[in-house]
Amino acid sequence: MKKVRIGAGSGYAGDRIEPAIELLEKGNIDYLVFEALAERTIARENLDKLKDSSKGFNPLLEERMMRSLPIAKKKGIPIITNMGAANPESAGELICKIGEKLGLNNLKIAVIIGDDVMETINGYNTNLLETDEPLHTIEDKIESANAYLGADIIAKALTLGPDVVITGRVGDPSLFLAPMMHALNWSYDDYDKIGQGSVIGHLMECAGQITGGYFADPGYKDVPNLERLGFPICEVYEDGKAFITKVEASGGTVTTATCKEQMLYEIHDPSEYITPDCVVDFTNVTFKEVAKDKVEVIGGRAKPRTSTYKVSIGYRNGFIGEGQMSYGGPGAVSRAKLAGDIVKKRLSLRNVRTNHLQVDYIGIASLHQEASDWLENEPYEVRLRVAGITPQYDDAVKIGQEVETLLTNGPYGGAGDFKSVREIIAVLSILLPRDMVKTDIVIKELN
Amino acid sequence: MKLREIAHCRAGDKGNTSNISVIPYDENHYEYLKQNLTIETVKAAFKDIVQGDIVRYDLPNIHAFNFVLYDALGGGVTTTLSMDIHGKSLSSIMCNINLPDIRD
Repeated sequence: MKKVRIGAGSGYAGDRIEPAIELLEKGNIDYLVFEALAERTIARENLDKLKDSSKGFNPLLEERMMRSLPIAKKKGIPIITNMGAANPESAGELICKIGEKLGLNNLKIAVIIGDDVMETINGYNTNLLETDEPLHTIEDKIESANAYLGADIIAKALTLGPDVVITGRVGDPSLFLAPMMHALNWSYDDYDKIGQGSVIGHLMECAGQITGGYFADPGYKDVPNLERLGFPICEVYEDGKAFITKVEASGGTVTTATCKEQMLYEIHDPSEYITPDCVVDFTNVTFKEVAKDKVEVIGGRAKPRTSTYKVSIGYRNGFIGEGQMSYGGPGAVSRAKLAGDIVKKRLSLRNVRTNHLQVDYIGIASLHQEASDWLENEPYEVRLRVAGITPQYDDAVKIGQEVETLLTNGPYGGAGDFKSVREIIAVLSILLPRDMVKTDIVIKELN
Repeated sequence: MKLREIAHCRAGDKGNTSNISVIPYDENHYEYLKQNLTIETVKAAFKDIVQGDIVRYDLPNIHAFNFVLYDALGGGVTTTLSMDIHGKSLSSIMCNINLPDIRD
């Protein structure tokens, strides 16, 4: 029976690079996928593109390609990645240049375009999914609008025999489903296969999160050698049966427990997980450990895909100003609390306009605030953190300033001051009918 | 007994919604959790954090539960003032929930 082995070389934009090289060298894989685009990343990349039209793709693209492309090319392993972010065409051109630098010949890069729907949504009348407010209420602040494309266009690009397929926004599972469709001859309308393939893609998309990353809890869930965590490989058969595994002797662990955690990661109703390719049903999936670090996955199903694409809209929405200061030794907590009160009063004295202001005491209750179940004994040290959302940049600056000036104006012993300001690129979503999104493949070649 | 003694949890985010899985180490504890880890119990643990509804999805196929917590992330990853912008540490609140001891 036909089978295909696909490796996950990254699970987010800044992920480790060595595990991908290990997959290329020792993973016996047919395809390597780099997933590198979170909900808000593309809006950030779009701001880079506005500043410099040749930018706007993943900042680690060059390093990842420099290290992975020579081995991938030599072994004939196509790379599929969404590192194109807000500018896949420029990313494709850069990969050609990298190939030239590396002395590679006959490099073919397939660039998927069409996810950028900024012009299409201009004047489009619909409501935002999260707030139910009309789209036009944020129209003048929008910086990016990208549709989550599906596996169909990537699978089509694979028929052209590229060394790299580079995309902007696509569904994360679609990056994995596409090589399955291509290698195993699955029809896009065979929903049993598309559903199972999407389950596998969902399991794979966060890379190390299924091989023991984001999992360890000493004494309860021990994971060996996280410093050299191996990234996952899926071995998928023509009939849909699949295994999750990793390179032998790499760090980490693949068990039914790691698979279950990752299956439920970032999903809501497990019977209706909407992707661009289908509506995935996880409620019949089962896992079985068949060997050390090898888990069988069966039972993924799906209902037909919806008539729309989800579109992520990035828009400017004010600033976050922040300041931090540490206090240690006897009375650390009361001094930090006094410092927090001083900052709040100072911001009010200076008429700093904030939509929301938060004072955290790191070491006591900064993660869960009132829900913190902390023990009554006083910690040795505590770190004050004041953060606020402001409509104006200048007001955001003042928040960090008022923490910093505690050095000489606040309680004794304040140390390790830090301040920052960042612009908020908020993300909301709309649905767009499929026929309003025109996808295409652009080939970039190095002869 | 803390939930942590019999189950493990992972938190994920989408927009302003958090989801937290609860997976018993021993599949035989699935029924116990189904009876004891009720939405009310979880709501009480997250009352200072979650503004919206909490829904529990049962997955007998993998002996696990998925809790979906609406309006839980201070606006979501792009706008929250929280240190933990994704709410990734919320799984530890779930693990810290007290449950009646199991009588085997």
